[in-house]
Amino acid sequence: MSAALSGLEAVAHALAAAERAGAADADALVLENDAVEVRVRGAEIDFAKQARERDLGIRAFVNGGAGLSAAVTSTSDLSPEVIERMAGETVALARATAPDPHAGLPDDGFVADAPELGLIDARDREQTLEARIERARQTEAAARASDPRITNSEGSQASSDFARISFGNSRGLRAEYESAYHGLSCVPVASDASGMQTDYWNTVARRLADLEAPEAVGREAARRALGRLGARRVATAEVPVIFDPVTARGLVGNLVACLSGYAVYRESSFLAGRLGDTIASPRVTVIDDGRRPGGLGSKPFDGEGLPTRRNVVVQDGRLESYLLDSYAARKLGLVSTGNAGRGVGSGPGVAATNLWLEPGEATLDEIVADTPRGLLVTGLFGHGFNPVTGDFSRGAAGTWIEHGERSHAVEEITIAGNFGRMLADVDAVGSDLRWLGRVAAPSLRIARMTLAGE
Amino acid sequence: MSDAAVGFFRERFGLDDRSLEDGLGSALTHPVDHADLFFEYSVEDSVVLEEGLVKSGARHLDQGVGVRVQQGERQGYAHADEIDLASVQVAASTARAISEGDGRGRSVAVAARATAGHDLYPVARPPTEVPVGEKVDLLGEIDGYARSRDPRVRQVMASVQSQHRHVLVAASDGTRVGDVRPLVRLNVQVIAAEGGRRELGSQGLGGRYAFSRLLDPAAWKPLVDEAVRIATLNLAAEPCPAGSLDVVLGPGWPGILLHEAVGHGLEGDFNRKGTSAFSGRLGERVAAPGVTVIDDGTLAERRGSLNVDDEGTPTRRTVLIEDGILVGYLQDRLNARLMGMEPTGNGRRESYAHMPMPRMTNTFMLAGPEDPESILGGVANGLYAVSFGGGQVDITSGKFVFSANEAYRIEDGRIGAPVKGATLIGNGPDALTRISRIGNDLALDPGIGTCGKEGQGVPVGVGMPTLRIDGLTVGGTEG
Repeated sequence: MSAALSGLEAVAHALAAAERAGAADADALVLENDAVEVRVRGAEIDFAKQARERDLGIRAFVNGGAGLSAAVTSTSDLSPEVIERMAGETVALARATAPDPHAGLPDDGFVADAPELGLIDARDREQTLEARIERARQTEAAARASDPRITNSEGSQASSDFARISFGNSRGLRAEYESAYHGLSCVPVASDASGMQTDYWNTVARRLADLEAPEAVGREAARRALGRLGARRVATAEVPVIFDPVTARGLVGNLVACLSGYAVYRESSFLAGRLGDTIASPRVTVIDDGRRPGGLGSKPFDGEGLPTRRNVVVQDGRLESYLLDSYAARKLGLVSTGNAGRGVGSGPGVAATNLWLEPGEATLDEIVADTPRGLLVTGLFGHGFNPVTGDFSRGAAGTWIEHGERSHAVEEITIAGNFGRMLADVDAVGSDLRWLGRVAAPSLRIARMTLAGE
Repeated sequence: MSDAAVGFFRERFGLDDRSLEDGLGSALTHPVDHADLFFEYSVEDSVVLEEGLVKSGARHLDQGVGVRVQQGERQGYAHADEIDLASVQVAASTARAISEGDGRGRSVAVAARATAGHDLYPVARPPTEVPVGEKVDLLGEIDGYARSRDPRVRQVMASVQSQHRHVLVAASDGTRVGDVRPLVRLNVQVIAAEGGRRELGSQGLGGRYAFSRLLDPAAWKPLVDEAVRIATLNLAAEPCPAGSLDVVLGPGWPGILLHEAVGHGLEGDFNRKGTSAFSGRLGERVAAPGVTVIDDGTLAERRGSLNVDDEGTPTRRTVLIEDGILVGYLQDRLNARLMGMEPTGNGRRESYAHMPMPRMTNTFMLAGPEDPESILGGVANGLYAVSFGGGQVDITSGKFVFSANEAYRIEDGRIGAPVKGATLIGNGPDALTRISRIGNDLALDPGIGTCGKEGQGVPVGVGMPTLRIDGLTVGGTEG
């Protein structure tokens, strides 16, 4: 076996091999990653993990008469012989699938610029393992020291991932960029006579300098865990529900699933056929922007090589755009929005880039004070969301609100509703937009949901 | 099967005993409690049909090695995607950076340990070598049949996935064992529409057996029937009640209840750290009398089964709860050592790129004495739930959820109207104490479960008989 190829060299080799094997068109993606993760628990190092990975994904199209047929392969062995073989297998596999008149590379408009998006600080590669361990240690120590009731933890974790993405297609496109993703998280355990509770806090950024300080992460995680002590159930009722930025971003994620062009053309989204309609309260404006500087979801081009851009998805409650790649766009008679997602092992689907609910004016405390009686949700769990119908039912934890004030902690309850109704019932949006991932939200309040408890 | 895997890595990558020993030697330059090498070569393919067409096929090759060093509670881990001695040595130097201490290291002689004694999935022809044309044809037949079942069927999506994985573990205690693991899965999802409503139904099946078994209409027709039945049934579903109800769960896949309510909470890492609601509770009552919960990795052909775990420990049948009393935890090597217990063959990892930790295999409850009909007949006002999506658990507070996608009211002991799916929530340490009736109809799930923990997915199985739990919170919309 000869030495593995890398980057654009591997991409070029794969494309040439696909062409020789008879592909009408092809594209290829190489993802090279260096990652390090360390976890500290209490005073001890729990683990340190390092990895180097290279993966190549090839997508090939062959002419089938009534359209192109497609197939995708991937390999973590990037030696030239294996790349050659996988390219041949991709073409052979494509011959076995059905021709599809909408399949194929985008017609044109491939990315032609290389914008500086602030995706990496090269000096961050030099940080030593010891320095990373120290960051996790400080986070853990801050959590443990913040209150005597913080008696245990799952640990504090510092991670860094450096990637090089190389992409090319049979139309001559060759493009690559580097990016980094750093994280710091803390999962403390609080206990008192009422029992044990846990919660977490984390910070993510493209550059180490932009992470929240370790002490702040540790203290916030401890505050959230402590806030769950003494939790109890409440009676079943229909009440207003406030979602903090951690849980509100989950709701925005549910919305994203319903806005994917694939779900729309398959009619497996309750928002299919609603373009231009009012689908939410006028307080709801949602933007997707793939070129936001330093954005956690930013990239110069999408999974098909088209330039990323800013899309207004929902404006003042009106549905302005779905999230589309070129295939879903063709199926719907629309145009790609630059949202092709692409894992090495899959053909493009649709993915959000940086997608957020625009903040409003009120602080979370003001929204709470404005709620005579209801629930502030700080944790949601379970997968109870059906994009086909919009039915929503998930387990929840949080704080009861009585007379506009935070009262006791709540657990072992569910909140349920229909997502379409929930969107229309958004009657407050906070000013506290937090970037906890690629999808982000401020706090928000939904006027009524069914809380199931005792 | 171990010999086949050992031979595979030796012939393809030159990994003979000497190179395994040299690789381990690189990890053992300082005194450590344990070190291991995990080699993996995996091939996967999938074919997906929608709108009557197989629009794309996919094939993946993933190979690499993970090197792990353990000292006390610490672990150092590094992985590489080239399988050769040089990569092992680089990874080992990274992994051992975490260990401290002086003194000379040691060398190791590897040898085949006493093998598991079970060969749970002897498949002659790797499913990834079955021609894609057969898979395409199967999905086409399924599509035609699904559309013929009911005029309300609007969309059919079907997929078939095959995986063939070779693994090899070499460890500092001299273990050298491998495994060859086939896995197949067929899934059908249907959207039905009527009167402005659209609803979803899906069903799947799979396991570690020959692909040809999926080609049998006696296997896939009932699958399609189920997906169509659930989708069309849900077209008539009414809003689900909300609040605390007596719930009857059907047999098989509703065993997710056990996976979430107690399974994760009994994993050795959480109990060693003291962060689980079940920590320190061995010997205590955690479930009603008659409740016995087992984790068994030795069931033939099951999706959740393994001949050996991913640390080279043979799998076994572990009793977790016996007649309501907590008697066991699920252990990998690290946590077993730190708790002074035996590894139970539950050290699993998603791939060479991940560290092992305690995971479930097939987790189920033994059958009881009751007739399922009489269990339903005994409920005046409650919920009957027979199919679920997934679940999740907070192992520290003990709160768990699982989401029904086929459920009915029970009125005066009879099954009433179908209701929309809702999430059920409970508290692990006491939910199982409120099991008041246990049926005689133990069933395992059809081979569709994937468990997620710390970003690692592994295939698992669940099962149980029909049972009744009193006072579970149902997350409907009708208060």
